[in-house]
Amino acid sequence: MTTTTMPDHIVSAFDADLKELGDKLAEMGGLAEKLVAESVDALLTRDSPLARRVIDWDRSIDRLQQEIEERAILTIAKRAPVAIDLREVVASLRIANDLERIGDLAKNIAKRVIALDGQFQPPKLAHGVAHIANLTLAQLKEVLDAYTQRDEARALEVWKRDGEIDQLYTSLFRELLTYMMEDPRNIGFCAHLLFCAKNVERIGDHATNIAETIYYLVNGTPLTEDRPKGDTSSSTKIEFPQG
Amino acid sequence: MDANVNAQTQTQGAASADLGGDPKIVARNVNVYYGEKHALKDVSIDMAERSVTAFIGPSGCGKSTFLRCINRMNDTISICRVTGKITIDDYDIYDPSLDVVQLRARVGMVFQKPNPFPKSIYENVAYGPRIHGLARSKAEMDEIVEDSLRKASLWNEVKDRLNDGGTGLSGGQQQRLCIARAIAVSPEVILMDEPCSALDPIATAKIEELIDELRQNFTIVIVTHSMQQAARVSQRTAFFHLGVIVETGPTEQIFTSPNDRRTQDYITGRFG
Repeated sequence: MTTTTMPDHIVSAFDADLKELGDKLAEMGGLAEKLVAESVDALLTRDSPLARRVIDWDRSIDRLQQEIEERAILTIAKRAPVAIDLREVVASLRIANDLERIGDLAKNIAKRVIALDGQFQPPKLAHGVAHIANLTLAQLKEVLDAYTQRDEARALEVWKRDGEIDQLYTSLFRELLTYMMEDPRNIGFCAHLLFCAKNVERIGDHATNIAETIYYLVNGTPLTEDRPKGDTSSSTKIEFPQG
Repeated sequence: MDANVNAQTQTQGAASADLGGDPKIVARNVNVYYGEKHALKDVSIDMAERSVTAFIGPSGCGKSTFLRCINRMNDTISICRVTGKITIDDYDIYDPSLDVVQLRARVGMVFQKPNPFPKSIYENVAYGPRIHGLARSKAEMDEIVEDSLRKASLWNEVKDRLNDGGTGLSGGQQQRLCIARAIAVSPEVILMDEPCSALDPIATAKIEELIDELRQNFTIVIVTHSMQQAARVSQRTAFFHLGVIVETGPTEQIFTSPNDRRTQDYITGRFG
């Protein structure tokens, strides 16, 4: 049951309420994408002024989330939505939550960029992070498009692909640990970089949450399959080289 | 129309599996004609014992017509003709040998507008048991009246003025008096035709609370125009449209993810 051919409500103000929710969410999604892209850019180019701008932009995301929440609650109170309308409102609340978290994670990357200002930074170390960030950004963009088009098939693809990000993160984790063991001067930078990579990986998780919400929105049933997971870093052991 | 009938049979096939109780009332291929007008077309549905089934649908969709088939109220309309089969506990209620008065004692009804008799509160409740000969003494009658008023959550409000007129009560109290009157003859089924449409929200809430209690002992079928009421009080919902049942299912499923597009358009307020 897609919403693209849905006839209008008899009460047109109801359609206006739902449209406003959708518009605000689209704005928020665009902003979240921008924050993630710019925070990673700031990290790779060691651009502290850009990082500061990212931190400022995060406030707009928080404000939008509040507006969406207020609007959604008001719509529930006024219109008592059911079926697809109820799922639309609930989906907007959930997605706004995920986008707000994505904004926070991007802001955290930006803060680390500022903390790293002037520290010893071998540029090749950041390449791995650039790779995982590109993949995550593509996922985020794809899932937001899937939301706009109420396309649960595309959402499901995003959901399935998250395993790749997890695997990349695990191998990045190993790589960064190896660098730290090679030269203790890398530790400070690598530790920050590791957190940045973890943030990016979690942004990917939020993208899959959004995919699950889209699936529920379109089908009316939750996605019950277990998601393929590839992040084994929590159980990864690395031996210190002997001798 | 063929497509409608097919969709109907399919959803019902799926629905009977999860009725959530033993079927009390079973209707098969019920058709109702008012003269030339074919008001109800091949309606088939199971209603579970001790549960609330809600009928929803736009005005003129046949939901009240079908409700009135369950206690043969349509018999009182001369041009009305009913075909098909309705059973209560496997007993065919359109069996010619059946005593319609007895049937209506087993299947009580509450209407849209409270309609107490212009008699005392006590007499309103006592009338049914008296004509059916259910009480052998004044003491027994007193007990039936009190018990019925208690079950209708009205006792505490009227116990000190049982001899006052029933029409002097508030609208909500009058409706609960009508429910007490229906309960007094120990029915098994209670039919309610928009019982709250003339009541304020507080009185409505009291009736809804009452319906929830009554379903421990009775099988309840309610016609309502309030979507939210159907969602709140019923375990199963049937959506009627143009004389057919479009979809029947567990209430929570009908109101979160209905199967049929017409159901969705109606409950979300999109009907043109």
